[in-house]
Amino acid sequence: MEIRPILSALMRSKVSMILIGLQVALTLAIVCNALFIIGQRLELMNRPSGMNEADTFMFGSSGFGQGYDGRAVMKSDLAVLRQIPGVADATPSNSVPMSGGGWGSGISLQPKQKTSSADTTFYMVDDHGLNSFGVKLIAGRNFTPAEIEDHDQGARVQPPVIIVTKALADKLFPNGDALGKQVYLDEDEPRSTIVGIVEKTQEPWIDSKDIEHATFIPYFLPYGNYTRYLVRAEPGRRDEVMKAVEQKMAEANPSRIIGKLRSLQQVRHEAYANDRAMAIILGAVIAALLAVTALGIVGMASFWVAQRTRQIGTRRALGATKFDILRYFQTENFIITTMGLIAGGILAYGLSLWLMQQYQSPRLPWYYVPVGFLCLWALGQLAVLGPALRASRVPPAVATRNV
Amino acid sequence: MFAYYLQLGLRSLRRNPILTALMVVGIALGIAASMTTLTVLHLMGSNPIPWKSDKLHYVQLDNWSGDQPYYDDGRPPDQVTYQDAVALMKAAKADKQAAMFKLSMPVQPENKDLKPFQALARVTYADFFAMFEPRFKYGAAWNHDQDEGHARVIVLGDEMNEKLFGGQDSTGKSVRLNGIDYTVVGVLDKWKLRSRYYDLTNGSFADPDEFFMPFTTAIDLKQRSTGNNSCWKSSGDGWDAYLASDCVWMQMWVQLDSPARLAEYKSFLDNYVNEQKKLGRFPRPLNNRLLNVTEWMKDQKVVSRDMEVQTGLAFAFLAVCLVNTIGLLLAKFTRKSGEIGLRRALGASRRDVFTQFLVESGVVGLTGGVLGLMLTGLGLLAVRALYTEYKTVASLDWSMVATTILLAIASALLAGLYPTWRACRVQPAAQLKV
Repeated sequence: MEIRPILSALMRSKVSMILIGLQVALTLAIVCNALFIIGQRLELMNRPSGMNEADTFMFGSSGFGQGYDGRAVMKSDLAVLRQIPGVADATPSNSVPMSGGGWGSGISLQPKQKTSSADTTFYMVDDHGLNSFGVKLIAGRNFTPAEIEDHDQGARVQPPVIIVTKALADKLFPNGDALGKQVYLDEDEPRSTIVGIVEKTQEPWIDSKDIEHATFIPYFLPYGNYTRYLVRAEPGRRDEVMKAVEQKMAEANPSRIIGKLRSLQQVRHEAYANDRAMAIILGAVIAALLAVTALGIVGMASFWVAQRTRQIGTRRALGATKFDILRYFQTENFIITTMGLIAGGILAYGLSLWLMQQYQSPRLPWYYVPVGFLCLWALGQLAVLGPALRASRVPPAVATRNV
Repeated sequence: MFAYYLQLGLRSLRRNPILTALMVVGIALGIAASMTTLTVLHLMGSNPIPWKSDKLHYVQLDNWSGDQPYYDDGRPPDQVTYQDAVALMKAAKADKQAAMFKLSMPVQPENKDLKPFQALARVTYADFFAMFEPRFKYGAAWNHDQDEGHARVIVLGDEMNEKLFGGQDSTGKSVRLNGIDYTVVGVLDKWKLRSRYYDLTNGSFADPDEFFMPFTTAIDLKQRSTGNNSCWKSSGDGWDAYLASDCVWMQMWVQLDSPARLAEYKSFLDNYVNEQKKLGRFPRPLNNRLLNVTEWMKDQKVVSRDMEVQTGLAFAFLAVCLVNTIGLLLAKFTRKSGEIGLRRALGASRRDVFTQFLVESGVVGLTGGVLGLMLTGLGLLAVRALYTEYKTVASLDWSMVATTILLAIASALLAGLYPTWRACRVQPAAQLKV
């Protein structure tokens, strides 16, 4: 290999070499960290809520005027909803996963415990709750119609029976024997018995620490004149059912406002809008960065080729093959890129450390940098290929001209 | 001479269109990325009320559980309880004070063509308007007597007045909300708030408030907030128990016109909490805070971390673009060594050569800046599409346009400095030998 002549040629244009190296280094550091952030966001966005998201939608109803009986309307609404063709099931629910607003509380094993044993969210539903959410019951049973209690806004939450998620059950009872156990939702008696465990249901807050700690409460609980409903359509009929529901609800009672019907997919879309935006923006920065770096390499290589035309001609005249010339420029690029990449690797870990300190973000996994090495080597080799090919086509006769 | 150099620069740039395009596009992309993110960052964190942001203070009292702080790092709750808000309003120790909360209410328009709709209210005291200074289009705020008298009055926002009354002067008219009639006493002019800074707990960039209602009136009607409510122990059964509970659901602002007044108010708060401690409340150590507008915005991270990271990366990207431009200019100027040698031999001084090439770099910067400005416009459109809630903070103003152009030219000149310096060190003799 002809490393030594390449090195000595490089030493004569140190500044250009440093510039390209610096560009490669910065590119590696930014791309690695940006890709890592994108990866984290995609991971967050892809967490399942535990629900049947494809077929469900939700909406709120707020009644107005004196004499509006929120509880009576709630019951008749549910009867109407469950009659509509295409509706698989419907339930009242104070909130749904990913919606951003809901009821958070502590849950304890002892009365008047100083700090609660776990945090959870409450979903106030009736005996159609689990079926409407589309969550899977993995142990115990559903609520019975007789267990659904009527309560008013501001009431203590102390139902005799509750259903919890597996994550919450395991947190409270690490031995896996939560079913049938009793817990305190309020400070003291009465206790609530866990009668069922569902596989997975997320809390309404996507940034919650224990996002799978949810508790279903068998309460009919209108929030003043406001009620929220969750409806699951039969597979594939959601949009058609949404239209029918909107119409029927308006007809059923004129002294109220039906809020916008939102599918769970839309709820998810809106909940993760910021994460999606971050991923897209960083993606765009990465693309632009790689393009600028590649074009920079093309520009510099073209310039070097133009500057060394006579030298190339001389080498060709002295017996170097086209391939030798090509290899010369490819190797030169490889050396510069490698030096840049070594600096860039250190820079990438440094940037990651800074992000860790400044934003408590996790450490950049080690393999990002080696993968980045491979990608930028490939990018450099591809970028220099054009100018190198042009160089290899320089005829030996050039050497004899212009002297 | 400058005009001549400009002409030379333009000609030289036209000679290598691809190289020139590479440089211009590189600068434009770098500028666009950094200016788009910088604009959003700048507007997000911009002071909403610069003439009195140091006089408006947000009251925080630590009524949380003795076993567990509200925030893990020990900061007090970001809202106050009903009983504390009312006690502070009654004491009236500040120059102006307003407790408030968020409430969504059904509106029943008289006009039967309009369907009933939900509207977002700010439930607060008369001082709110004097403190946060929205401009009135018609009428005025309600007064303290109406606060005392639980008056059924409202102030309409510009948009809601447009919707209900076609933008006419509606003072004296009535609006029916949830079956009860309220008299309009004032209508606000358009109130363009970048962030709803007086209630950061319920979303900094959430929808604006559509009308305003006296606090005392809403409490009469037993209206709970539709915003955030946090409790560390059960609030007990019913409305009265809720009002007497330690649940926090209100924002409390005070206006203190001098540092002396601020100090006085601080000691008043400490006394208040110590009195409450005797009654068995406030189990935590004294932890009151009175942050002003900008401090409170910082505390609540109105400028999101994502935006800071994006801006940082965008500027790093600009750095890469500049390194790229230095390389390309260097290549270009080096190829012109012959021409430089000739000019030097014909009597041009180093200074002349320096100016000539710096002008050429400046032209690249200016072109890149103009293109970058257009791309920044596109970038902000994209930000608005991606973050629907950032409508108010993703738009260019004149200062940002000027900053963009200046940044572009400064960047290009900076990038041109080294190549130019190298160019003017060309020895005429070495070039003329060939």
